[in-house]
Amino acid sequence: MKSKKLLAMAASVAFTLPVLAQSNLTVVTFGGANAVAKQRAYVEPFERANNTRITMVEYNGEMARIKAMVEARRVTWDVVGVESPDLHRGCDEGLFEKLDWSKIGNKADFMPEAVHDCGVGAFVWSTVLAFNADRLQTAPTSWADFWDVQQFPGRRGMRKGARFNLEFALMADGVKPADVYRVLATREGADRAFRKLSELKPHIQWWTAGAQPPQFLVAGDVVMTTAFNGRIDAAQREGRNLKINWVGSIYDLDFWTIPRGSRNKETAHRFIAFASTPEAQANYARLIPYGPTNVHVPRLLDDRVLAELPTAPANAREALRFSANFWADQGEALERRFASWAAQ
Amino acid sequence: MTSSTFTPINTADLSRQLGRAQRRKQLWALALISPLLIFLLVFFMVPLGSLLTRAVENPEVANVLPRTGEALADWDRTSAPPDQAFGALLQDLGSIENSAQAGILARRLNSEVPGARSLIMGTYRALPLGEPSSAAEARAALVEHDERWEELPYWQAIAKNSQRWTPDYLLASIDLRRDAATGKVMAVEPEQAAFRAILLRTFEIGLVVTVVALLMAYPLAYWLSTLPQRKANLMLILVLLPFWTSVLVRIASWTVLLQHNGLVNRFLMWLGATDAPIPLLFNRVGVAIAMVHILLPFMILPLYSVMKTVPANYMRAAVSLGSSPLHAFFKVYLPQTYPGVAAGCLLVFITSIGYYVTPALLGGAADQMLSYYVAYFIHVEVNWGMAAALGSVLLVATLVLYSLYRKVTRSELSLG
Repeated sequence: MKSKKLLAMAASVAFTLPVLAQSNLTVVTFGGANAVAKQRAYVEPFERANNTRITMVEYNGEMARIKAMVEARRVTWDVVGVESPDLHRGCDEGLFEKLDWSKIGNKADFMPEAVHDCGVGAFVWSTVLAFNADRLQTAPTSWADFWDVQQFPGRRGMRKGARFNLEFALMADGVKPADVYRVLATREGADRAFRKLSELKPHIQWWTAGAQPPQFLVAGDVVMTTAFNGRIDAAQREGRNLKINWVGSIYDLDFWTIPRGSRNKETAHRFIAFASTPEAQANYARLIPYGPTNVHVPRLLDDRVLAELPTAPANAREALRFSANFWADQGEALERRFASWAAQ
Repeated sequence: MTSSTFTPINTADLSRQLGRAQRRKQLWALALISPLLIFLLVFFMVPLGSLLTRAVENPEVANVLPRTGEALADWDRTSAPPDQAFGALLQDLGSIENSAQAGILARRLNSEVPGARSLIMGTYRALPLGEPSSAAEARAALVEHDERWEELPYWQAIAKNSQRWTPDYLLASIDLRRDAATGKVMAVEPEQAAFRAILLRTFEIGLVVTVVALLMAYPLAYWLSTLPQRKANLMLILVLLPFWTSVLVRIASWTVLLQHNGLVNRFLMWLGATDAPIPLLFNRVGVAIAMVHILLPFMILPLYSVMKTVPANYMRAAVSLGSSPLHAFFKVYLPQTYPGVAAGCLLVFITSIGYYVTPALLGGAADQMLSYYVAYFIHVEVNWGMAAALGSVLLVATLVLYSLYRKVTRSELSLG
């Protein structure tokens, strides 16, 4: 009787052991086409090679969830993709682990902007001017055209919030990309940007999720919109005639981070290391045109793919790098002013 | 012979016994409801209390810069800060054990003075700034590192926030602020003032939704109350059917229906009622339509339950006594349904002013209700003090309206 019990226990342990040996990881991204590309390029190969089960979760940049998890010491997210202002703020406030770069790779293999104590650059993305080529006879060439409702009648889509929109407003008003943040830091500059936005306000339709701008363009709600370049490309692959204007686009990096107190730090480091290898990043860039952060990747890509990336010389020539430092300082005040401006 | 003993009735004894029996009944009743009471206390009152306390808590500066706060206690906030404050600041920053505390301090001060984040974090990362032996040397070292330390606003912000309790969040949520130099309460600059307008807008949308829902639900509930039982049950199931789907799914389907190429616009254009698509989405109209759709069952059910109890022969009696049907409706039937109307309106109004997902997805930038900003401060800004303050304002406003409602309905109900 006793031996039968022991046998049953041993058998159950033997059955669960392989499952126990399999590690788990929760990877969090902004969802949509981006998440699909990440799944095919990073998650599935990693799962196969490492006997790991990865759960993908979507979010829209809410740092409060990470803060609540870290403070309650119940961190269920292991790897999170964050935008650069959130990386700096979160690192300052102790939301992210300090990474062990020895487990991730050689810092010299990465773009200098991609190396940070708390995060590894995942990809370079750009907020661009996208338009529906079926509904516009002439293509817009600048942000001044975006503001010109006489020559290009129709509504405009813009991301709800002060970020990016204030820079675009200044560029439409004639400020050169290199001077934008210097002007915006002054009070007159901020006033000028809001005045310019007020000109366009009756024609603006606001979006919050990255999947909305291509939807608006295809549905005909707007003729031009700001958008993440990768999402427009995803719509183009579905056969829609949407085009991008790269002049005056604002590019920035997304970072991989590990929330502080994650229970799978080892596996998380290995995942980030894998996602930073040239082959994996090349696969990702082929699926969605976000720029790789590993400097050895462009060699592996063909010209057609390279031409669509934000890091391509033709696209980056008149582009502006998003200033996380400026927005870390001024963000709260400007967003509050935007909320009050939008409410009027 | 047995003589039955006659005990005189002692009224004092009797009243004592009555009192004891009543107390026992009360205790028994209390014991029966105590699980619910404890549940309410723990899961409702305690979180609510901690939320309201968060609206006035201000621990960040007091925890990290205690000595600086002390050194600035006697400062008049208009002249240059005393040298001791500079020395104390260096000491405080140097004794921060966990770099996360520096980040939290930086975020708190940045809410008061934009730019404080880079100042604090830059100074913290550059420590130690030499070995200053006196307060004057500390001042020189700090100013040399970053000349912004000579500007008053940063010191005023530290001085103002050195107390653990602050009215600033609550003031900001009604568009007021305390002047950093004098401490007087004054209005926020008009370009930053948003919340009073947003609160009014929230009540406005709630009112519109309640009135439209009432106008739509009343005839429907009346018809339901006149149906025979089986048909009424079937219809009620149809009324409750929307509850089987998630709110987000319903909102997403309204997006599909109301957009420029959506079914509603195409139908109207096919009818010939309009040539160009009417903007029904990302404005107040779309928000109102979706909210009425979601809240209609909340209005129908209280109305239906009250209408079922109204005897049908009152109307017949009124008409038979010579009144016109319309007059009879307004004078006889309608007053009897007031409790249902009041209950339904209260339910729909209070639910609607707490909505934020519907306006967020279907409304424009000028349609966001107060809860959207509560969510914004929680998720995006991670400024939980502000979120708690806005939530408290909404709570207080709702309680005020509810007490007004109680006053009004009590006087109405006492007519019957």
